[in-house]
Amino acid sequence: MQHIVLDEAEVSFPSRSANEGFARAAAACFAARLDPTLEELADIRTAVSEAVTNAVVHAYPDKIGKITMRLRLLEDSVLEITVRDKGVGIPDVKKAREPLFTTGSEERSGMGFTIMESFMDSLQVRSAVGKGTTITMRRRLARRTAQ
Amino acid sequence: MSVTVTSRGSCLTAALSGDIDHHGARTMMRELEEIISEELPRRLELDLSDVSFMDSSGIALLLMAKRQMEHAGGTLRATHIPAQARRVLDAAGVGRLVPLE
Ligand SMILES: Nc1ncnc2c1ncn2[C@@H]1O[C@H](COP(=O)(O)OP(=O)(O)O)[C@@H](O)[C@H]1O
Ligand SMILES: [Mg+2]
Repeated sequence: MQHIVLDEAEVSFPSRSANEGFARAAAACFAARLDPTLEELADIRTAVSEAVTNAVVHAYPDKIGKITMRLRLLEDSVLEITVRDKGVGIPDVKKAREPLFTTGSEERSGMGFTIMESFMDSLQVRSAVGKGTTITMRRRLARRTAQ
Repeated sequence: MSVTVTSRGSCLTAALSGDIDHHGARTMMRELEEIISEELPRRLELDLSDVSFMDSSGIALLLMAKRQMEHAGGTLRATHIPAQARRVLDAAGVGRLVPLE
């Protein structure tokens, strides 16, 4: 699917857990121009939190690596969020996306991908073992203001 | 981010506040674990009214507390759940495992 990109922003940060909150705030701030509802904003923050947390926890299990989040405004009030890491990668993406599947400790629930899927319109996961993971999510926001 | 405990007989209320994400849930989990093993309440209520954000790390926290309470022969419920946290818990079907009020 080709889309015209109306605007975009990109931030990179080290995989420290304190940056999970930063990424949520940055995404919410970018989305604000679409005049989202509170519920839409909450959904975006939640989905970003899941994606970035995965990069912090799973992609770089015993080091600090680089995480890049790209935010794009596409036609028809579509917000596209891409979260990219150069970490360990996912050997079986289909399996990883199943509800309750986790390779993490009991601190994890295995519901991250399920939540991203239910809060966004689409979720694409591309991953290569040893190279890293890129997840792309899209959500169309209801237009409330005349443009 | 904090855990505040009030006790009434064998019923304990732990009020969680702040962001329950991966960053915050760790310390909260440890605090809750300690509270449960020290107080051994019959019933534990997690009051979520002051939770500003929650993601799937919060689900793991609830399930951990539930396991620990069951192990000690007690019960767990979550109350005063803000809209954002409620959507997360509903999307994951947590209501089938922990009573949500
Ligand atoms: N960026 C990533 N890099 C490597 N592995 C990942 C990444 N994201 C997800 N995974 C894998 O997918 C599994 C499922 O992820 P998720 O649904 O978010 O659940 P959880 O994070 O609770 O384990 C993780 O346990 C991990 O094995
Ligand atoms: Mg996750």
